Amino acid sequence: MEAIILQVLNGLDKGSAYALIALGLTLIFGTLGVVNFAHGALFMIGAFCAVTLQRLLSLSHEVVDETQKDFLGNPLKVDVPYLYDWLGADAGQAVINWSVPLAILFSIPIMVLIGISMERGLIKHFYKRPHADQILVTFGLAIVLQEIIKAFYGANPIPTPAPPAFTGSFDFGALIGLENIIYPYWRLIYFCFSMFVIAGVFAFLQFTTFGMVVRAGMADRETVGMLGINIDKRFTIMFAIAACVAGLAGVMYTPINSPNYHMGMDFLVLSFVVVVVGGMGSLPGAVLAGFLLGILESFASMAQVIDLLPGINQIIIYLVAIVILLTRPRGLLGRKGVMED
Amino acid sequence: MSKSDFTRRNVMAAGAAGLATPTLFTGATWAASHAGFTNAPEGDTVTLGFNVPQSGPYADEGADELRAYELAVEHLNGGGDGGMIPTFSSKTLEGNGILGKKVEFVTGDTQTKSDAARASAKSMIEKDGAIMITGGSSSGVAVAVQALCQEAGIIFMAGLTHSNDTTGKDRKANGFRHFFNSYMSGAALAPILAANYGTDRKAYHLTADYNWGYTTEEAVRTSTEAVGWETVNTVLTPLTQTDFSSYIAPVLQTDADVLVLNHYGGNMVNSLTNAVQFGLRDKLVNGKNFEIVVPLYSRLMARGAGANVKGIFGSTNWHWSLPDEGSQAFTRSFGTKYGFPPSQAAHTCYVQTLLYADAVNRAGSFNPCAVGEALKDFEFDGLGNGPTLYRGDDHQCFKDVLVVRGKENPTSEFDLLEIVEITPVAQVTYPPDHPQFGGAAASLGSCNPGA
Repeated sequence: MEAIILQVLNGLDKGSAYALIALGLTLIFGTLGVVNFAHGALFMIGAFCAVTLQRLLSLSHEVVDETQKDFLGNPLKVDVPYLYDWLGADAGQAVINWSVPLAILFSIPIMVLIGISMERGLIKHFYKRPHADQILVTFGLAIVLQEIIKAFYGANPIPTPAPPAFTGSFDFGALIGLENIIYPYWRLIYFCFSMFVIAGVFAFLQFTTFGMVVRAGMADRETVGMLGINIDKRFTIMFAIAACVAGLAGVMYTPINSPNYHMGMDFLVLSFVVVVVGGMGSLPGAVLAGFLLGILESFASMAQVIDLLPGINQIIIYLVAIVILLTRPRGLLGRKGVMED
Repeated sequence: MSKSDFTRRNVMAAGAAGLATPTLFTGATWAASHAGFTNAPEGDTVTLGFNVPQSGPYADEGADELRAYELAVEHLNGGGDGGMIPTFSSKTLEGNGILGKKVEFVTGDTQTKSDAARASAKSMIEKDGAIMITGGSSSGVAVAVQALCQEAGIIFMAGLTHSNDTTGKDRKANGFRHFFNSYMSGAALAPILAANYGTDRKAYHLTADYNWGYTTEEAVRTSTEAVGWETVNTVLTPLTQTDFSSYIAPVLQTDADVLVLNHYGGNMVNSLTNAVQFGLRDKLVNGKNFEIVVPLYSRLMARGAGANVKGIFGSTNWHWSLPDEGSQAFTRSFGTKYGFPPSQAAHTCYVQTLLYADAVNRAGSFNPCAVGEALKDFEFDGLGNGPTLYRGDDHQCFKDVLVVRGKENPTSEFDLLEIVEITPVAQVTYPPDHPQFGGAAASLGSCNPGA
């Protein structure tokens, strides 16, 4: 019982990341009709916004400590962050420790800017091109973006810890009278955060005039255009919002796994599977499939399951995708006519 | 080859007596010839091929290897402060290149993929005329490139490769490894783990699902069981896994009190981070503190795990803080040139280049078979690991092994590990036909000089 509860929890936080990325992918596909293979790179850029803010907050000047030696036997040069000078050591360190939550605010304008630049500068030239062209150009863009990040930050993972207040684990077992169900605080926060973002996106589309126009545009772009509404401008904003969702998912993911330049690619393929399983163009489908596949992946990683079906942990997502596509070719919540022309 | 009555020595002897193969020749015979082998140097230069990961997840480690190679070339050609050349026990290196020829180099990008590594090595051999290939940051790459060099008639001086197989079941006559291996890690770690955590422990292994992971798990499991530990479970994790939470959580449901992470690189960073997040190190199981072990440490990778490495035991081939003259000379030379201390990958690559150059000088020829003869059973000192033997039976270096622990109060981003013990070479030595190294069936084969 304990193992099952733990794996459901694991699946929820893993599914949160899949759902957030898949949500952005579906928004872009649903509005612009573009298959964006650079979406994983946006997740990665978001994570590196957190790294960048951490570095900015940690900007230091050197102080020579005569009592210690460096690796060459010279007096040790100790980096002292400017924040220590300005706020005092304790307050300065506290601000640095909170760099990941602060990066949420830092990343939003950056991701919006990147989203708009990407859409206006590149993607819009491929609206009327075949999906294969879109995939090639966005995949190429993803490689360029990750190589740029690698050039600046190196190939190794960079530790970006959560604030000390959230580094422990929550004892679920104590709540429900079971043993050994402990779960990291930050993963719970990640799950709650993703639910908040998902709810925000749905509410925006459902309850605002802007969202109504976008939904109308998704259903029939030409008619909306003939009504005198500049749907292209709204779709550009939707691209920026999708970039922002991916970026925020990346920012909040950094304490879970140290970010590296390749992390976007690690999520990209799985996120596309999530989109296809959920149903191309279906926002609820993307979210549902994200959590479903996250939980299934977690269960398939259990030692008892691997003992029974060796290697199942490596193929479960693709296996489920095949079964769902065979039984429901449009995915779980896919609509007729999407990517079928 | 059958396992029954044949030993490698018997087969070699029979082959030498009955067949007209290159094994008929002795080192002296080979040395007499300066042609008749692949890429025999002409003119006053010789080209070495440095095959390192310049892209992909190990690119930073590859960059450090390349720095070390460039430093080695500089020192071989008489530049800089000479690094380890003055401390090296063999005195054939005089700063005038190799056999009087100025050393030049070409580089290839392994991408940490076997096929890409073979392609880049092949290109350096065929297009650039490299006489020797060296480098790499993965055992899969090392085994693949070593096999290629064997076929091409080129010496392969392995870089960072830790799997038993490189000088075990996949050993080759043209291949040489200075770096230590999984068996040595297990043999060095087990007594320290027993001394610090006791002999009544239950271990749970998470193992990267590829060649290196298998040999490391086998080595650590065998050696820890020999000191009384019980292995509760072993689980293979996909190499591409990034979030290990679903593998870590089940550990909580067992009575294991030690988690062994047979992971390297990004896998190690993520699995260790996840294990610490799940509070494993704060748990009390069977009345003991839960412990985590990382059999192979890399300082470059440990940086990615940040504070999570504190207090965690592992092993390493070399560390810049070693006090011996050779280590200090190399650290000073590297640190002065680049501004930070060298990694263990940089060290092994630098040493391999010097060892190759010295072997050529001693053999008096670039002929791979002459060089191989010079390296076989070569004993040396002054290169950072104490007295070392390049064993002729499997072309594996035998030297002391370092057991390290994540430092509690690092003074810099380079000061992450502290040396707990220098395990003497006798404790990590094994017979060439050890079962973990392919048993009696493992063979170097014959040296191949190529063209």
